[in-house]
Amino acid sequence: MSEHTYTPSSKFGKWFNDRLPLLTLSDHLINYPTPKNLNYWWTFGGILTFCLVTQIVTGLVLAMHYVAHADLAFDSIEHIMRNVNYGWLIRYIHANGASMFFLAVYIHIFRSLFYGSYKSPREIIWILGMLIYILMMATAFMGYVLPWGQMSFWGATVITNLFSAIPLVGESIVTWLWGGYSVDNPTLTRFFSLHYLFPFIILGLVVLHIWALHVPGNNNPVGIDIKKPSKDTVPFHPYITIKDLFALLIFIIIFSGFIFFSPNILGHPDNYIPANPLVTPTHIVPEWYLLPFYAILRSVPDKLGGVVLLFASLLILLALPWLDSSKVRSAVFRPVYRIFFWVLMIDVFALGYVGAMPAEGLYLLIARVGTAYYFLHFLVVLPFLSRIEKTDPLPLSISEPVFTGMPKPELMRSDNRFK
Amino acid sequence: MYLFKLRYALYIFILITIYFNPVYSAEKIELLKQNWSFKGITGKFDRASLQRGYQVYTEVCASCHSMRLLSYRNLGEKGGPEFSVDQVKAIAANFEVEDGPNDQGEMFIRPARPSDRFVSPYPNKQASIVANGGAYPPDMSVLVKARKGGADYIYSVLMGYEDPPSNMQLDDGVYYNKFMEGKKIKMSNPLSDGLVEYADGTSATQEQMAKDITTFLTWSAEPHLETRHKTGLRVIIFLIILSILVYFSMKRIWSRIDPEV
Repeated sequence: MSEHTYTPSSKFGKWFNDRLPLLTLSDHLINYPTPKNLNYWWTFGGILTFCLVTQIVTGLVLAMHYVAHADLAFDSIEHIMRNVNYGWLIRYIHANGASMFFLAVYIHIFRSLFYGSYKSPREIIWILGMLIYILMMATAFMGYVLPWGQMSFWGATVITNLFSAIPLVGESIVTWLWGGYSVDNPTLTRFFSLHYLFPFIILGLVVLHIWALHVPGNNNPVGIDIKKPSKDTVPFHPYITIKDLFALLIFIIIFSGFIFFSPNILGHPDNYIPANPLVTPTHIVPEWYLLPFYAILRSVPDKLGGVVLLFASLLILLALPWLDSSKVRSAVFRPVYRIFFWVLMIDVFALGYVGAMPAEGLYLLIARVGTAYYFLHFLVVLPFLSRIEKTDPLPLSISEPVFTGMPKPELMRSDNRFK
Repeated sequence: MYLFKLRYALYIFILITIYFNPVYSAEKIELLKQNWSFKGITGKFDRASLQRGYQVYTEVCASCHSMRLLSYRNLGEKGGPEFSVDQVKAIAANFEVEDGPNDQGEMFIRPARPSDRFVSPYPNKQASIVANGGAYPPDMSVLVKARKGGADYIYSVLMGYEDPPSNMQLDDGVYYNKFMEGKKIKMSNPLSDGLVEYADGTSATQEQMAKDITTFLTWSAEPHLETRHKTGLRVIIFLIILSILVYFSMKRIWSRIDPEV
């Protein structure tokens, strides 16, 4: 893996390393050459790793006390909140941790979109990342069902019912998913089982994601290829580790603000009402991080059409590296793409907003326009733009042009473009 | 450079605020906002109010509303009403629970102990619905967390009973309450001045009782609120100090390469 050969100094180390090159791996991770101009948007990779580990660890403890049974689940959560030592803390970390995880992953994804990190030679990193993201949504959705409150139950009902739109086999698939003829105990137990399994699949994908990253190395705000190692790079440790740690601490401070001072603000009050199959909540809304997709789903009057669009909106992301064929990665040097990037961002926020509102009147109109733009952005704007856009000249390297006098020295640091 | 970053952060912040506000705090009717002692990052419960609140619960609400997630022992725990051990025992002894089977294989009735859950007024949910004219009196253990607006909402509903507007026809057993959805509620106004006689001599006005019961219900929904606030403050102070130290370490490390991080 490492570009340079590594020999452990001790005899035992050498003996061990010849048989299992863990020391070579650790040497690689420590010295991994990283572009020195990475900004704070690049710290979210480390933050996401922290989120995943936090969710797994708190989840393990919660699973020791949680009872996956339709009659007992709600009370077992309250047992955790009331009687388990620091159970309230562990549960609030886990519940808010999901939201923080998604907050971080959205920043991570939009960073990639802005700086073109999904482009050659990093397509596999992007695809693995998207698979992680899709699995995260599935995991979070199933986790939200486990407390067996009103939103748990009705959210599960709405989402699993989507599959009934599939022609011919839809109804059978839904029955199979439920393990019965409605969302009930068998649904809860299988969701618990899968909710426990998925994070470990995610963990495996994260390892591959990082492995794939370490082949070409990090992209950077300028988006140009750089020689590694060189003047443009710094060893991962201590330069990146300390910076990631600082960013992580700021992230944890915000995280703690939610946990300790408004732990329920991101949840829905209805989920503190035990599930009742006979009473439907006035508005069934998913967690905030799924709202844009919920808006896409509801923007189509036809159920099957909505489901197709919902899945298409995710699958389309897998094809992104080929939809955007511009050779220039960073939006810093793509004046027109940059505008569309912000339009997409606003579009996704707008979709999220209307996703939380009733699907009627103006909200429905916004949802439809937003959905249309979402697909237009990826299927039309990006392919055309990458062919016709006149990009700004690229610097030769991160550090050198400062001394050799490039025609546009203000482009050396991405930041200057926005001053 | 820093300005640039701040500006970015500001954009994100504005987007997030716009995003969350209408979604989670859209409340058409302005609730009666109270200056609760448990609000804010150092918020604590008013001990006396919690004890009075329990009295209101047990003398008024408990005739219809269960609190099945609480045990009598909770009343004596730290951060709650903090009744003394003897008081808790005495409170529990007022109630009877079914236990068993005994060594004869028979169920028997015994006085409740502090370890028992609060005794529910009805044997099951259906019985409570039938006894209340088709309306289910919700379990109040986590009621404050199960309603948008939380404590303010509960307080507002208790204070929101009014005569219905002349153009509104109400069925028997339905009452007008301006804070309920549809302005209708199936519970008659539960509180009135002097309904209970507070053990500590506080004048039992409707407002006072509404405040006390709301405080009590907030505690019952979130019994570790005080610990949470106290721990949170310590955690955040620790993290801020640590961040400052890490920040300067980072500056020093990066100064070997580039004065600007």
